[in-house]
Amino acid sequence: MRWRRCSQFAMAGMAILVVAACGGSSGGGGGASPATLNIAFLPKAVNNPYFDVAASGGQEAATALNGQFKQVGPSEATGAAQIPFIQTLTQQSVSAIVVSADDPDAIAPALKQAMAKGIKVVGYDSSPAKDARNVFINQADSKGIGVVQVQMVCDEIPGCAGEIAVLSATSTATNQNAWIQAMKDELASNSKYSALKLVKVAYGNDDPQVSTTEAQALLTSYPNLKGIISPTTVGISAAAQVLEQTGKAGKVQLTGLGTPNLMRKYVKDGTCKEFALWNVKDLGYLAYYTAALLVQGKIKGNPGEKFTAGRLGDYTIDPNGVVLLGPPFVFKADNIDQLNF
Amino acid sequence: MSTRAIESPTGSALAGRIGLGRTLTLVARLREVGIVLVLLAVVAIVTIQAPLFFSVSNFEQILLNVSLIAIVAVGQTTVVLTRNVDLSVGSVVGLVAFATGDLLKEHTLGVPAAIGVGCLLGLGLGAFNGLIVAVARVPAIVATLGTLYVYRGLDFIVAGGKQVSAIDLPRDYLGIATSSVLAIPTLIVAAALIALVAAYLLRNSGPGRELYAIGSNPAAAEVVGIPTQRLIFGAFVVCGLCAGIAGVLWGSRFGSVNALAASGLELQVIAAVVVGGVNIFGGSGTVIGAVLGAILLATIENALRILHLSEFWLLAIDGAIILLAVGTDAAIRGYFQRILMRTGRR
Amino acid sequence: MSLRSLALFRRWETLLVVLLVAFIVLGSSLSPYFVSGSNFSNLTSNLMEKAIMALPLALIIIAGEIDLSVESMLGLASALLGFTYALGWPLWLDIPLVLFVGAMGGLLNGVLVTRVGLPSLVVTLGTLALYRGLASVVLGPRSVSGWPEWFTNFGFSNVPGTLIPWPLLVFAALAIAFLFVLHRTWIGRQIYAIGKNKEAARYSGIDVAKVKTYLFIFSGVLSALAGVILTARFSSARADNGQGFVLDVVTSVLLGGVNIFGGEGTIVGVVLAIFVIGVLRNGLTLADVSPDTQSVAVGALLILSVAGPTLVRRISAAWPRRQLTKPVSNS
Repeated sequence: MRWRRCSQFAMAGMAILVVAACGGSSGGGGGASPATLNIAFLPKAVNNPYFDVAASGGQEAATALNGQFKQVGPSEATGAAQIPFIQTLTQQSVSAIVVSADDPDAIAPALKQAMAKGIKVVGYDSSPAKDARNVFINQADSKGIGVVQVQMVCDEIPGCAGEIAVLSATSTATNQNAWIQAMKDELASNSKYSALKLVKVAYGNDDPQVSTTEAQALLTSYPNLKGIISPTTVGISAAAQVLEQTGKAGKVQLTGLGTPNLMRKYVKDGTCKEFALWNVKDLGYLAYYTAALLVQGKIKGNPGEKFTAGRLGDYTIDPNGVVLLGPPFVFKADNIDQLNF
Repeated sequence: MSTRAIESPTGSALAGRIGLGRTLTLVARLREVGIVLVLLAVVAIVTIQAPLFFSVSNFEQILLNVSLIAIVAVGQTTVVLTRNVDLSVGSVVGLVAFATGDLLKEHTLGVPAAIGVGCLLGLGLGAFNGLIVAVARVPAIVATLGTLYVYRGLDFIVAGGKQVSAIDLPRDYLGIATSSVLAIPTLIVAAALIALVAAYLLRNSGPGRELYAIGSNPAAAEVVGIPTQRLIFGAFVVCGLCAGIAGVLWGSRFGSVNALAASGLELQVIAAVVVGGVNIFGGSGTVIGAVLGAILLATIENALRILHLSEFWLLAIDGAIILLAVGTDAAIRGYFQRILMRTGRR
Repeated sequence: MSLRSLALFRRWETLLVVLLVAFIVLGSSLSPYFVSGSNFSNLTSNLMEKAIMALPLALIIIAGEIDLSVESMLGLASALLGFTYALGWPLWLDIPLVLFVGAMGGLLNGVLVTRVGLPSLVVTLGTLALYRGLASVVLGPRSVSGWPEWFTNFGFSNVPGTLIPWPLLVFAALAIAFLFVLHRTWIGRQIYAIGKNKEAARYSGIDVAKVKTYLFIFSGVLSALAGVILTARFSSARADNGQGFVLDVVTSVLLGGVNIFGGEGTIVGVVLAIFVIGVLRNGLTLADVSPDTQSVAVGALLILSVAGPTLVRRISAAWPRRQLTKPVSNS
């Protein structure tokens, strides 16, 4: 009877190996042929309205180019969570992966494997490690994004003096970390901000609930807080909600990066006088377009290359393999109705 | 008969000597007093370090944060009393929270109707748990571990990657979390009411006391004629309902709901219940104790933030507290058993 | 084991093989990329950490206990490995250290269950939180990369010239060892005895506390090993590695025919069940079904895998046949 069990085990094991052998080592073919555009977006997390807007831009580009578009991603924004998706996309032999990295190094090995198979990798919003992507589409100059947020919080706080805090996304996110570093540099070097003091960087993990509790904690732990900068759409709307709920709107200023639709109410009632962003849809559009051009072999991703991205016009790849979308856009009460996303 | 008395928890052993009702009261009071003392100690220590801890607004924040957990803890207590556990509460809260938010966002229903549907959904999910445990006789650990993932997965399917934001929700609904009744926030009042009603029913109604009996000694309860399976089913329904109520209030409190809402809540709730003196073997413990346990844990969490200590300690502390609380209870039980053996009670 | 339960097992493992084939067919119909050597290789390598944790868990459940803390020990191991490596300590020092910590974690579980007498469900729920929390304290939110190539190759790549992932070799060796111990040695018989009737086992001279404690220690060590392998595979040490694994691990064991009440179960069944779940998940993933949605299927499998045999047992117990052994109630 034991042999019976062992033989069943052997049977099952052999079945798997036989199928594997029959399948051969081809693994479903190499990279897609140049003509097909099967491009997948892999954002930090799929529950995020910001990435949904970018996806709509990607979809627009796909339609314009007659290509395929799909978006997959984890429900929680952690680096490790993106890895299985990269592996699946590799297995599915997509033409290109457009990814916003939660953890630039964690996903690097998986991305490199994809690239070894001929799949193009384009970073957008938050860059993977430099050698694990062909091109990175940066929404705006990282330094510029950091500087504009410090500028806005200074404008909002009477006298531009007091304690401020940052409510970020995840602690490993490349983009937020770059912006926060730019903020710190600006606060330290520019004498205009000498009276502002950054007391804490909190992480809301791009999760509405965590962002809410972190925002509440900031208000309780730092009773003299004058301003909150939240460089993430989930964080800024959570912070706005908390400020209104606790009645601190107007006493503690709020700024950062957000989408006009989510923040419209708060701008109009003064909770958040101004905030910045860029055209997120265009970001998605540009990312898809760039990926498509790479797949079609029209560009190689080398520094100095110029290309035209459909309706957005001409772009050049900078020495670091980065393409800049454009400058950040500041939203205030008088212009917030202009854009709808 | 004699081995049963030694094996069963303190509650029923003592009960034989001084009566079930008075025993429950005595043990419960001891535990509740103990928690309040620890709570006062924590408050004192933290206030010395950081005076701004001791303020009405801060305590209000603590109680607001506790209110939702306390409501779920009430339901969980009901289940744990019967020697079962419900690990799926976090998923139930999350699913109900999103469903309610979505109904309001799409203007499918008005606020009172959406709340009603949410509560019913919680009730239904709890009933499903009850079916698996009471009818199919799957052990509660396994059953609710399974439904934890099934319900959460359903949440993701329903959510489809979208979220419900504060701007999508009606003012009235959001207002629940910010409004007050006689200067006490509505959420706190709701939680307190639910706890008091549950405490009363558990102590003074027939089915309530039978729940204790089932937890103390399921076989004996069957022999005596208590409809154990039906009552266990009922306990899970109550637990689901409580989780549903918490889910309905969740969107109001946090403003934004996505498919991840309330992930991991079950651990916090079980920690609260266990710290509150509810015996994980069933048969003893009170709802008030569970609520006090939740308050203690929330106070510690708040203290960590005020003292600017790393939040990363929170989860480890929750785990350590569960172990400490259950370990202490076991030690106390062992102590009582040794006393009883010595006094010749065979 | 009575003749009747043996017949049940033969049916159960056959059922698993049928399920496995069914899911392979399902997977190939959902996606053209499913049936390929490289996919099966990936699928297998994704499974290995959970598979390694399932082996000692099977023994623990057979012995009448449970260990929910396995995924957190994996996370703690990964975090510690990253922490020590980032400090500059060499891997040949870090890995044994991490395994030792795994043993200590398992020892804590074992002591609390056997000496203090706490129910293993609550203890391991507590340590599930505690170990994960400690992982966060050790490594915080950051991740550690920059591992030596031999290490990442071990986790990520196949044995050169084949499609066999390195960790599969580790798992195969462990599975054979566990198979041998459980089914061929007196230790295995002791474990079954404890699971069937703890008191009778004690009275017949078995040191129940010692056996259970060692089982928990093994669980801790192997969970730590799984953590090392996962870190190598992801090339990244993180405190949240392994989060959510406990569902698949427990489901594998129970689906594999191990009785939740203890006393019954086979390693072959568990190994089959591991692959059943792995194939199911892989097939769904290639069809772009998100992992969270997949969990609905796995959760349902978990419930059914226990409800099924329980119902079968109730039906066959109701049959008017002379029973060789009266079923004794386990706590």
